[in-house]
Order: sequence, then C-alpha cells, then structure tokens
Amino acid sequence: MKLIFELGVEGRGMSLMPACDIPEYTLPEERTAPLRLPHVSENELTRHYTALCKRIHGVNDGFYPLGSCTMKYNPKIDEDMAALAGFTQLHPLQPIESAQGALEALHVLGTELGEIFGMDAVTFQPAAGAHGELTGVLLIKAYHTERGDSARTKIIVPDSAHGTNPATAAMCGYQVVNIPSGADGCVDLDALRASVGPDTAGLMLTNPNTVGIFDKNILEITRIVHDAGGLCYYDGANLNAVMGVVRPGDMGFDCIHSNLHKTFATPHGGGGPGAGAVGCKDFLRKFMPGPLVVEKDGRFGFDYPEKSIGRVKLFYGNFDVCIRALTYVLTLGRSGIREAAMNAVLNANYMRVKLAEKFTMAYDEICMHEFVMSLVELHKETGVSALDLAKGMLDYGLHPPTMYFPLIVHEALMIEPCETESKETMDEVCDIYGKLFDLAYSDPESLHTAPHATPVRRLDEVGAARSMILRYSFA
Amino acid sequence: MGSYVPTTAAQREEMLATVGVKSLEELYRSIPQEMLLKDGGLNIPEGLSELEVRERVSAMAEKNRVYKTVLRGAGAYRHFIPAVVKSVTSREELVTCYTPYQAEISQGVLQGTFEFQTMICELTGMDVSNASHYDGATAAAETIPMCRDRKRTKAYVSAAANPQVIEVMQTYCFASNTELIVVPAKDGRTDLDALRAALGEDAACFYLQQPNYFGQLEDASAVGEIVHAAGAKFVMGVNPIACALLPTPREVGADIAVGDGQPLGLDTAFGGPYLGFMATTAAMTRKLPGRIVGQTTDVDGKTGYVLTLSAREQHIRREKASSNICSNQALCAFTAGVYMAAMGEAGMKQCARLCVSKAHYFAAALEKAGCPLKYKGEFFHEFVTEEADPGHRKKVLDALDAAGILGGAEVDGGILWCVTELASKAQLDRAAAIVKEVL
Repeated sequence: MKLIFELGVEGRGMSLMPACDIPEYTLPEERTAPLRLPHVSENELTRHYTALCKRIHGVNDGFYPLGSCTMKYNPKIDEDMAALAGFTQLHPLQPIESAQGALEALHVLGTELGEIFGMDAVTFQPAAGAHGELTGVLLIKAYHTERGDSARTKIIVPDSAHGTNPATAAMCGYQVVNIPSGADGCVDLDALRASVGPDTAGLMLTNPNTVGIFDKNILEITRIVHDAGGLCYYDGANLNAVMGVVRPGDMGFDCIHSNLHKTFATPHGGGGPGAGAVGCKDFLRKFMPGPLVVEKDGRFGFDYPEKSIGRVKLFYGNFDVCIRALTYVLTLGRSGIREAAMNAVLNANYMRVKLAEKFTMAYDEICMHEFVMSLVELHKETGVSALDLAKGMLDYGLHPPTMYFPLIVHEALMIEPCETESKETMDEVCDIYGKLFDLAYSDPESLHTAPHATPVRRLDEVGAARSMILRYSFA
Repeated sequence: MGSYVPTTAAQREEMLATVGVKSLEELYRSIPQEMLLKDGGLNIPEGLSELEVRERVSAMAEKNRVYKTVLRGAGAYRHFIPAVVKSVTSREELVTCYTPYQAEISQGVLQGTFEFQTMICELTGMDVSNASHYDGATAAAETIPMCRDRKRTKAYVSAAANPQVIEVMQTYCFASNTELIVVPAKDGRTDLDALRAALGEDAACFYLQQPNYFGQLEDASAVGEIVHAAGAKFVMGVNPIACALLPTPREVGADIAVGDGQPLGLDTAFGGPYLGFMATTAAMTRKLPGRIVGQTTDVDGKTGYVLTLSAREQHIRREKASSNICSNQALCAFTAGVYMAAMGEAGMKQCARLCVSKAHYFAAALEKAGCPLKYKGEFFHEFVTEEADPGHRKKVLDALDAAGILGGAEVDGGILWCVTELASKAQLDRAAAIVKEVL
C-alpha cells in the first residue's frame, strides 16, 4: 500500500491552527531546508491509518503466545483510567500539592508491587525492561563503589539469558562472564562456584528461566553469589508465573525489575511504551534514582535518596503506563494476582501436554508459564524449520510463538499462552499446530512458502539490511 | 475481586487431570516449600469490582489539579492535539500488538514507523532516524557511545541544557565509566570561549540544546564549528516544534540530532510516556542504538517493511551490542507520526509561529508589568524573567495559581516561562495583569 507521502496533493491539509491574534514575531534566521510532510485531508489520513491498523495483529485480534513477552489481555478499564484528564493533563513540574492524587497512585502501586516483589523500595523511573536492568545493575555498581570495592568488575550471566542481560552489564562497564546452563536452562552450580570470586559484582538471573523452569536451587545460587561478596539481580521478565506464589525477595535477590507491560497487563503498543519498575532491598534504597514518592501523615512528597545513582529518565517515568498497572493490581488484588499466575502456569502445562503428543519438548516436565519445543527432529525429517512452521501459523490468524530463543535450544519455539486464554482457544490452537505438524510430512513445500494469506509474504530481510532504505525518498 | 481468567472450575479440573496433577498448587511442587508465600498469598488488599476500581482510581485523578492555562514548560509542553490523533492511536490493533517480530502480520506498525522515521529526518534534516528511544534525555545519553572511541573518551555537555537531561547523561556516564564535563554558560547561553578552551584531543562529543533550557537560541553554527575544529562530534538536542522554523540540525552542522517528541501530539501526563527521537548522518547509521525499520520486498516482489540492521542489537550481539535497548516508545512514535501528518508543513510552521509570537507578546507584557528579561538573546517559546528573591517568585506564582494559571518554573534567579499556541491573548493579558498586581 502507499506511503502517506504518496497520498494527497500540495495545497490540501487540515485546518487546525488559528490565525495569530497578536503581532507576529519573525525570527532573524529560519530554516531553508524543505519540510516535506503529508498534504492530506482528515478523511485521507484516517483511511490511511485505518488501513495500516488492519495490517496489524494485536492481542485483541487473536492468540498471541509470544514466549517471554506475556501477551495477556489488556483490560479496557485500565485504558479508561489512564485517559482521565486528572492524569493526562498534569504537568510533571506542577506543585506537588496540586498533584497529590498522582503521587498517591505511584505510592499505592509502589507499595503493592514492593509486596509482590518482596522488596522494600520501588521506583517507576525506568521506561522499559532493559532500562530497569540498567537501573538495577547500577544499584549494584553504586553499592560496590561506595564500599571502595573496585575489584568487582564482572557480572555473571547464564547462557540461557535474554540478550539484554549481557548488553546491560556491558553498558554498566562490566565484563560479562557467561556460564553454561543445563538442558533445563537451570544454573550449573559447579560452573557458578567456579566463576565467583573477589571480582564478582553480581549475578543477573531470570527465574523461572527462559526454558520455563523454576530453578529449584535458587537459594543455593543466591547464597553462592552473596558468599563471594556479589549481589543478585532478578530479571522479572517471567514474574507472571510466580507472582503471589513466591517472591524474588525471598529467593535471595537484592534488586529486581518488572515489566509492567508484561506481568501487569499494560498494552505493548507495538513495542512500547512499557514501564520497568525497579525494586530493591532496604540497603540499596539510598542508591535509587530520585525522586521516590514518600507518604507522611496522609501527604505525599518526593524524597531524593542521598547516594542516588542519579536520574535514569525525565520526571517520574512512564507515569500513565503506571496508572494502567495500578488499575490492574487494584482489580486483581491479593487473590487475583495469585490466581492469574497459577492459571498462566496451568494453561502452559495444558498446552505442553497436548502438544507433546506430536512435538518434542526441550524439557518435558511440569513447566511454569511457558515452555519450549525443539523442532530439530521435525526439521531433520521433513526439512521444515521452526521458522517455516511459525509462518504456517500466520495463515490461520495466529501469532506464532517466540522463535529461536532461548539460544541453548535448537529450532526453538517458545510458547506462553497466558492466563487470559480459554481452554477452547487453546484446544483449537493445539489442533492447528497438530495439523501443521502433519503438513510438514505431507506437503513440506507449502510450509517453506508460507504464509500465503497475509498482506505481504516472506520479506527479504537480507536485502533490507543491504539496501538500507530507511526513509522515503521524495522525488 | 476482578479477574480476567476465563477458565471455569470444571474446566480447571479437566485441565489439571490432563496435566496429571491434582491442584494448582501442585504445579509449583519443584519450588522449595519453605520459600512459598504462607497463608495463601500477599499482604495486599483483596481485588475490587470494575465499578469500585473506577471509583477508587477516579478519586485519585480528581485530587489533582488540571490547570486551564499552563505557562510552564521546562521539558514538558502542553500543545493542541488534533482529535484525529487520539482517534487513530487508540485503535486496539495498534495498542495491543507487540514489537513487529512477525513482519507479515505487522506491516501497519512497520510502515507507520517507517513514515515516522522519514518525518523525523525531514524535521531535523538528517539522513536516518531510529524507531524511537525512551525520551529526549536517554536519547541524549545514548549518543555518547556513538561518538566515543579509544582515543576520544570524554563527553561534554552545555550547562544551558535541561538539568534533568544532564543528570541522565551523568548516570549513563557513571555506568560506562565516561567522564562528562559540563561547559559553563554565560548570559544564558553556552560560553563559546569556555567551549573552545575545554575541548581537547580526547573530546568525543558535545551536546547542545536548541532552544536551550532558558529558552535562548544558541549560535549553533558557531558551536558546530568549534566542536568540529576539535575533531569531536556535534550532538544537538532540539525541540521538534521549534524545528519547524529554526535552521535544521543538519544546516548548522550537527552529526546527531535528538530530542523529546512529547510536543508532537502527546499529553504532558505527569511526565510520560513520551518518546525520544534520534537521527544522524548516513555515515553513522550503524552506530544508532535501537530499532530501525527498513523497506524491502516480499517473495512476490511486493513492497514491505521489516526491522533491519539488527546486527547492532542486544538479541544478536549480546554484550557487544551498541545498547541494551529493546522495547522503545513505539506507540508514542506512531502518535508523533500521526500528529505530523495531520499538521502538515503549514500546520507545524503555524504552530511554531504562534508559539514564538505569543511568547514574545507575553515577555513584553511581563516586562511592562515589572519583570525584566534575565537574558537578552533571541528566544523561541521560553524565556526567563529576573527575580532574585524566592519570596517574590513564590508570590507571583501563588497569585497565578489562585487564578487557575500554572505560572513558570522557578530557576536560579528567575522564572522560566513557556507560551504555546494554546494561550489566547486574553489569557496572557490576564496573567500579566495578575503579575503586575502582586509586584
């Protein structure tokens, strides 16, 4: 379809700005470069974007089991609350006496998430998960720096980790020590013991891990790191499996980030805005980015921690995303949070067992909220890869699972159904996956060439990287 | 209690049986029992029905004051938002989808982002834009690793930049063990002599904000020449509305242009979500952090869009990635794109002209009311009036507050005002009259 620059004609546009009701001021120097923006009517504009939106698959459009991304249903009341003028029309620097409700919202959410995390303080400044990781690892860095312990130059990351973990550690000036995981993605205790030492700043870990398994040695893991003088960072990407059941703080972690856009149901918006709330134990609070919201005698105010690592973002983070998460947490409450986690785990296990009739599981045991299939055997026997099978799902209106992750599983498909999917949907999806499995044997070519029914078919990614057309070229 | 779990009790039993366990709790049998939460859960209140939660959260919103007139900017700017912007960007497909990993069913997000990238290039005059960053401050901070190399290790920033932006840059520099040097300002603008003296052979980059924190227009071309003469990269942080009128970053020699895109159709929303934008020269394309959308063709030769150049990114490069950024502010970037499409060149320029004209009108009115301008240089839509006495500043702001007007932000030795197209002549006259009365 056409780009918006290819629509409309010069001279057309919308009437949005009034004429100037005061003397016009002319700047001494203005741009001479052209500003080639669209010349479209409101009708053209609306149709263009409506057409674009029809070429998007969202959670509202159908099953979206993107492993590690927790694509749960996004409640509409959350959107309604975030759209209240009492939140959207606030200036971030208006007097705090005039924004008590906004501070209260952050305080209530911080208190409830602190309890869910098992942490003593929470900041909402980080904008996303990776940004939360940066904040958390900087807390660890500030801790060692304050103690004058400059020998701690290494962060330990298991090879099953998300790519953001090693990238974050490197951004924080740390050397990354990759340690091997077992087939179940769990930490190899001997490898961990051999890696820790006086140069260990900390460990970054996701638990349940990226294979969907809860690392039962977690207390031993965090103890080994602590005994060596390091701190433990919890990557909350998979918190949805265990919220209300077990707390990262009780597993021995010192700080944590949680993706509010995963676990706490705020919409993903095509890849943001999210929010990466960071929690920490009391001894790290003084290093937190300021300001933190505090309450005294029913009044809310800001506190700037004394040894803060400094701001990681303007103002107080993605505030209006936090309003959505607040609405969600207040709705679910103590029982609902736990119910959501347990049903996420039930749904994953239900699909795992049903799919195991045909597919090979990377690790065929009770899993947490997600599980990984390995299509190595199918690929060998039929030539149909995980990618081919995923593309075949597109023709059924399904969003495929996460592909080729974690890296320790070959031909991986990682499935996370979430608690908001019904048994009927999962039954239907398992049937379709089964049909595609059979199709791999009966007509592999139809999967090599899939998808067939989408607005565009397989795209030339190599060509895109080579030709580097990254903007429209005006004639 | 509210719940979004559709499974009935009967279905649950059936599913548990399929899995081969007796209870939901049994699914967690691999977790050491001593770690599990006791007494069935958390120490937080029970959930609420939708009706109750609506009342509870609405009550919080109602405790906040929404000012009818806002004369405060300092990093967040209330502008007019065309109705069509929210109509488009509240569509469910767009709101509820994730990163376009499956390009075939994500063409809408990808093409919208490609159009956004094009518009950012047009606005800044640069060759290439990424798909967005968290905000203007983190975008500014992440330009430093783009410019740093083994010999050029130090980063520089103007003291006339937004203090919060400087603080974020400092945090990122603490992370990467980079020295960040603040170049002093003089008369509300970057001190060019100090800049010349500061930049040495180890200078990687200098960050200049235009218009700067005090609203003043910097002599960006002169700054660019000094920075380039020292062999460093010239990074500009720009206001996107001002960009519609001012010489583009490219025209004044910038190597990288960043900024906060909030003025492009996003609510001030107590600080977020906003978006950072980031554009650079073709030569520096591969140094850009974050996602980039590129055009390509499908197997049938049809034009389509994909995430591209991902060999820079964390999911491929891990610890060798150019940044750890993964999620960005995609929906906000899409929103900015819709805003710019709706405004068009004429709308953007008229908006900028209204801002600059009204700001000058109000500045003159305040001068007449007894508030002299602190700095004498050209300005765009923000300016500082001199008021050394904090007591007087408070009196002025309190009087405006009582009239439903959010006055300027307090800065060292004065008040930083901002006027956008939203302020009518009548509102500005009234504000000036109130100020005159208290002084």
